[in-house]
Amino acid sequence: METANIITLAGVRLIIPELTMVCMGLILLLLDLVVKKKGVIAAVGIAGALVALYGTFKLFGIGGPQTAFANMFVLDGYANFFKLIFYLNIILTVCISLKYMAIEKASFGEYYALLFFSTAGMMIMASAADLIILYLGLELMALSTYILAGLMRKQPRSNEAALKYFFLGAFSSAFLLYGISLTYGLTGTTNLKEIASALQALNISGSPTVFIGLIFLIVAFGFKIALVPFHMWAPDVYEGAPTSITAFMSVGPKAAGFAVLGRVLFDAFGSMQVQWNSILVPLAVITMAAGSILALAQSNIKRMLAYSSIAHAGYMLLGVIAGTPGGLTSTVNYLMIYMLMNIGAFAVIIMLRREGFQGENLEDYMGLAKGHPLASALMLIFMFSLTGIPPTAGFIGKFYVFMEAINSGYTHLAIIAVLFSVVSAFFYLRVVMYMYMKDPKEDVVLTTSCSMNLALAFTAVMVLVIGIFPSLLLDIVRVSILG
Amino acid sequence: MTAPQVFFSYFAAMITGLSLLVVTRKNPVHSVLWMLLLFVHIAGLYLFLNAEFLAAIQIIIYAGAILVLFLFVIMLLNLRKEETEKRFQRQWPLGLGIGVVLMMFLVPVLGNISVVPPLGPYSVDAIKSEGHIMTVGKVLYTEFLLPFEIASVILLVAIVGAVVLAKRRLE
Repeated sequence: METANIITLAGVRLIIPELTMVCMGLILLLLDLVVKKKGVIAAVGIAGALVALYGTFKLFGIGGPQTAFANMFVLDGYANFFKLIFYLNIILTVCISLKYMAIEKASFGEYYALLFFSTAGMMIMASAADLIILYLGLELMALSTYILAGLMRKQPRSNEAALKYFFLGAFSSAFLLYGISLTYGLTGTTNLKEIASALQALNISGSPTVFIGLIFLIVAFGFKIALVPFHMWAPDVYEGAPTSITAFMSVGPKAAGFAVLGRVLFDAFGSMQVQWNSILVPLAVITMAAGSILALAQSNIKRMLAYSSIAHAGYMLLGVIAGTPGGLTSTVNYLMIYMLMNIGAFAVIIMLRREGFQGENLEDYMGLAKGHPLASALMLIFMFSLTGIPPTAGFIGKFYVFMEAINSGYTHLAIIAVLFSVVSAFFYLRVVMYMYMKDPKEDVVLTTSCSMNLALAFTAVMVLVIGIFPSLLLDIVRVSILG
Repeated sequence: MTAPQVFFSYFAAMITGLSLLVVTRKNPVHSVLWMLLLFVHIAGLYLFLNAEFLAAIQIIIYAGAILVLFLFVIMLLNLRKEETEKRFQRQWPLGLGIGVVLMMFLVPVLGNISVVPPLGPYSVDAIKSEGHIMTVGKVLYTEFLLPFEIASVILLVAIVGAVVLAKRRLE
C-alpha cells in the first residue's frame, strides 16, 4: 500500500462541503453558549449552509468523477446534485422551525447543530463509494435524526417517536451490516466498483448468496426510504416528532436512502439487474398501494402526509426499477420536486400551530379559506402538486418517472402507479375541500414569521415555476447525472 | 472435524446459546451477566481468528466499560415491576416463525459457499510479521482515515444527544 497517495490535499479539497457542514455544527454548539437569540444562531447556520453550497458549486466545475481517501469517497454530478437537495432541505427546515420550536418550548441551539450533523451524514452517504463510508454516513444521519425526533422531551408521543425510530433504525442497521459482511465475504472488498468487477471476475452474479446479501442491503435502505413492508415506523415517528423535523426527515433521509440505493445497485450490482428488480417491483407495487390506501383513513394531517410520503417513495422507485441512467435522473428530479412541495405543505401545517392549539387534525382546516385566503391558496398549490395535477411540479415529477418506466418496458407498473395517484387525489383534495367548502368551526390564528414567509414563497414559486418550465430543473439534473 | 472447526463450532454454538439466554431472562441483572459471558466468547472467537488486539478491546471496552454501565443503569432504575411481567409481547410466536423461515433460507445458501475471493494484502503471515496492533493502526490512520474521522463525529453526536435529551432544562 502506498500510503502517500491516500491522503492528499486534492482529496481533502473534495470533502470541503462536508467539512464545512461539520464545522458549522460545532460552531453552532459553541455559539449557543454566548448567543441567547435563536434567530442569530439560525441565521449563522443558513449562512454556513450557503458557504457549503458555494463549495459544492465550485466543485461542480472539476468535471468527471473524482475519488479520494483510498477510493472511498467519490465526487460526481450525482453526489453533487443530491447535496444540493440536502442544502435546500436544511435551509428551508431552519426557516420554518425558528418560531415553531419556540412555541414547542424546545428551542435549543443543539437543534440546529444536530440538523447540520445529520445533513453532513446525508452528504457522506451521497458521496460514498465504499460500503464502510456508506454505513458510517448513514449512522451519522440516523443518530442525529433520532435525537431530533425526541426533542420535545415532555411529550410522550415525541418520546415514542424517538424510541421507535431508534429501535427500528438499529434493526435496519443490523440488516445493512449483515448485507455488507456477506458481500465482503464473497467478493473480498467493500469498494462498490471493485465489488462490480469481482462479481464479473469470479462469475458469481447468479449466486444465491450474493443475492441474499443484496436483499439485506435493499431491506436496510428500504427502512430509510420507508418502503412497505419496512414502513411501520414512519406514521408514528412522523406524527410524534416536532413538525419541522417531520418535514426535514420526510425528505432528507429518504433522499439519502435513494442516493445510496441508486449508487449501490447501479455501481456495484449493475450486473444483477434482473435479480434486484424481482425484489423492487413487488416492493414498489405494495408501497404505492399501502401508502395511498392507508392515507385515506387518517384524520391527523401529519399521519396522512406520512402515508403520502410512503406512497411517493413507491413512485420514485419506478425510476430506479427502470434501471437506466435516464430512470435514475427521473427519480432524482422527483426527489427535488418532492422536497419543495412536501416542505411547503409542512410549513402550512406549522403555521396553524400556536400556544394551546395543535392544528394537526383535518377538521382544523375547515373553512380556512374564509379567514386566510393566502395560506389556503398555498396549501392548495402544495396539495395539487402532491397529487400530481398540472401545472404544478408534482405532475412533472410523476410524468418523467412514469415515462422512464414505460420506456424500459414496465408499462404495467406505470399504469398501477397512475391508478394509485388517482386514489391519492381523494385524500389530498379532501384537505382542499375542507378549506374551501366547509364552514369554519373556530377562528384559526396563524403564526407567521419572516423566515417562514420566505420559505413558503420560495417553495410555492418553485413548485409553480418547475411545473410550467420543467426543463429548468430537468436540464440541471441531466447535466449532473448523465454528464 | 479438524481442530479449527471444533473451536469455531464451540464458539458459534455458545454465542448463539448465550444470546438466547440474554434475551429470555426475566431478571435484567442475570441478562447482563450472561452478556458478560457472551462477550468473553466473542473475544475468544476473535483470538481464534488471529485478531488478538480486537479480542483485548472486546474484553476491555465491552466487558469492562459498557457492561458496568449497564449494571449501574439497571440498579438506578427500579425494575422490580418489570421482573414480574411477561418477558415477551404476545406476538412473539410470529417473530419466531419469521426467524425460522429466514434461517431455512439462509442455512442451505450459506452452507454452499464455494467461492474464494481474492485475498487482500493482509494475510495471516503479513499480520504475523508486523503484529496485529501495528497493522490495525497503520490501516486505521491511512486507508481508513475518513471512516475513522466520521466515527468521531458520530460519537460527538451521541454525546450531544445524551446531554440534550437527559440534562437540558426546558424553559
